[in-house]
Amino acid sequence: MSDSLFNRLGGDAAVDAAVDIFYRKVLADDRINEFFADVDMDKQAAKQKAFLTMAFGGPNSYTGEDMRKGHAHLVARGLNDSHFDAVVENLGSTLKELGVSDELIGEVAAIAETTRNDVLGR
Amino acid sequence: MPIIAFDGREYLAEDSESVLDCLIRHDVSVNYSCRAGVCQSCMMMMKEGTPSEASQKGLKDALKAQNYFLMCSYVAEEDIAIARPGKDFQSVETDVLALDRLNADVLRVRLVRPENYSYFPGQFLNLQGPDGTERSYSLASLADGDDFLELHVRHIPGGKVSGWIHTALKVDDRVSISPATGDCFYTPGQPGQNLLLIGTGTGLAPLYGILRDALHQEHQGEIHLYHGSSTAEGLYLIDELKALDAVHTNVHYHPCVSQGTPPAGMTAGRADQKALEETGKLGGWRIYLCGREDMVKSARQKAFLAGASLKDIYADPFVPAVD
Ligand SMILES: Cc1cc2nc3c(=O)[nH]c(=O)nc-3n(C[C@H](O)[C@H](O)[C@H](O)COP(=O)(O)OP(=O)(O)OC[C@H]3O[C@@H](n4cnc5c(N)ncnc54)[C@H](O)[C@@H]3O)c2cc1C
Ligand code: HEM
Ligand code: FES
Repeated sequence: MSDSLFNRLGGDAAVDAAVDIFYRKVLADDRINEFFADVDMDKQAAKQKAFLTMAFGGPNSYTGEDMRKGHAHLVARGLNDSHFDAVVENLGSTLKELGVSDELIGEVAAIAETTRNDVLGR
Repeated sequence: MPIIAFDGREYLAEDSESVLDCLIRHDVSVNYSCRAGVCQSCMMMMKEGTPSEASQKGLKDALKAQNYFLMCSYVAEEDIAIARPGKDFQSVETDVLALDRLNADVLRVRLVRPENYSYFPGQFLNLQGPDGTERSYSLASLADGDDFLELHVRHIPGGKVSGWIHTALKVDDRVSISPATGDCFYTPGQPGQNLLLIGTGTGLAPLYGILRDALHQEHQGEIHLYHGSSTAEGLYLIDELKALDAVHTNVHYHPCVSQGTPPAGMTAGRADQKALEETGKLGGWRIYLCGREDMVKSARQKAFLAGASLKDIYADPFVPAVD
């Protein structure tokens, strides 16, 4: 297990380091911040952590069905491919800021990509 | 439907009903106030069952480890058994020491500090008003120095507990207070860090405690206090704060008035807006936000966007109680 993507990125500590940077980027990004306008930051921060852990290939118990249900209310509000791309882009630039190699960033993007159809409810 | 066992009886919970709502629906007498997971007055111990993360939010680690949880934030999915908190976590009685007006709406309430009552300035306690109704009030006194507990209570028109405090409470009366709780207080260890304190109305109570505690612990970084109200008359402790500003080179007091033209020496504008405008980038700062819920929530997001780390933002929204 020691060479899993999650461990190579630095595990829980990497998630903690990324959450502030990623969440700040998302809130500042006018293409997508309306979806995150919920001002209860504690809840949102916990969800960002869940998101990052999953995208880093870490331990999580979400199924495709969970992703579908979890984003259905956002799809109803117009969530589409362009928003999905923006999230993946913010994820990539966050990791770049943390000094993660392009190769690992590619692996993270590939994991995120596997959830696209579920997140977008297709 | 899950069963909730409490005090030798069993109550049937409806789907998606919190434990608190279930007990209230069955006319069980229990403590509560905010119904939003903030005031901690509905804390109980779970004897059978496992508290969720959400129902333990804000509780000290020692309490979490003993299966304490907040009834308003827990929906039972399986049968559970609960019990009242142990003696260490129950309310104590104490006497009113002094009542003094700080401005037309705000009363300073000083209580005799019960023996072994420990707290950090800026934390809050739940005070019992008429008919056992509980409300949260923040501690403005110094734990290490003052031998009384100091609260600042704003008179809310028609308010059950603040109205009673303002009109009926007398010196030497007995009141019941919970142990102090909450995570909005000064923590030593980074004496050089800059501090930004933003409060509206009696949001000054915890900030006054935090400010004096920081100075007491010889904090070296800059400390900016923004206190806001709609009118100059709504501010208080102005002379005391000006004096601290004059004596300590690192203390900067900014009284803010959001409506009309303020008197000389005060800033026109909302405290949170002015604070964020004037301080600019907040990377590395520690931030305390106390008072109106909408101010606290929006300032929290703005401070975060200005570069403050989430773990460095301490927020105490004064959410109104839901009886
Ligand atoms: C963590 C925490 C710390 C707090 N610290 C302090 C403190 O240091 N000093 C202090 O004065 N208060 C503080 N409060 C608020 C306090 O707990 C009570 O909510 C407040 O005193 C009103 O209670 P009441 O029984 O008088 O009014 P209630 O009987 O609860 O309310 C009467 C009516 O007034 C409305 N109302 C309630 N609050 C407000 C408000 N702020 N503005 C406008 N309308 C309102 C209610 O919705 C209701 O319609 C704090 C609250 C929390 C959660
Ligand atoms: C890239 C693939 C994505 C993954 C793997 C993912 C994963 C997750 C996870 C794990 C949660 C937490 C669910 C919970 O515990 O409640 C979540 C919630 C959320 N996601 Fe995503 N997500 C993705 C894309 C997106 C996109 C593109 C948007 C919008 C632009 C988005 C917006 C949200 C919001 C707003 C929530 C909180 C929902 C709520 O409770 O209101 N997500 N996501
Ligand atoms: S925390 Fe449950 S009623 Fe306030």
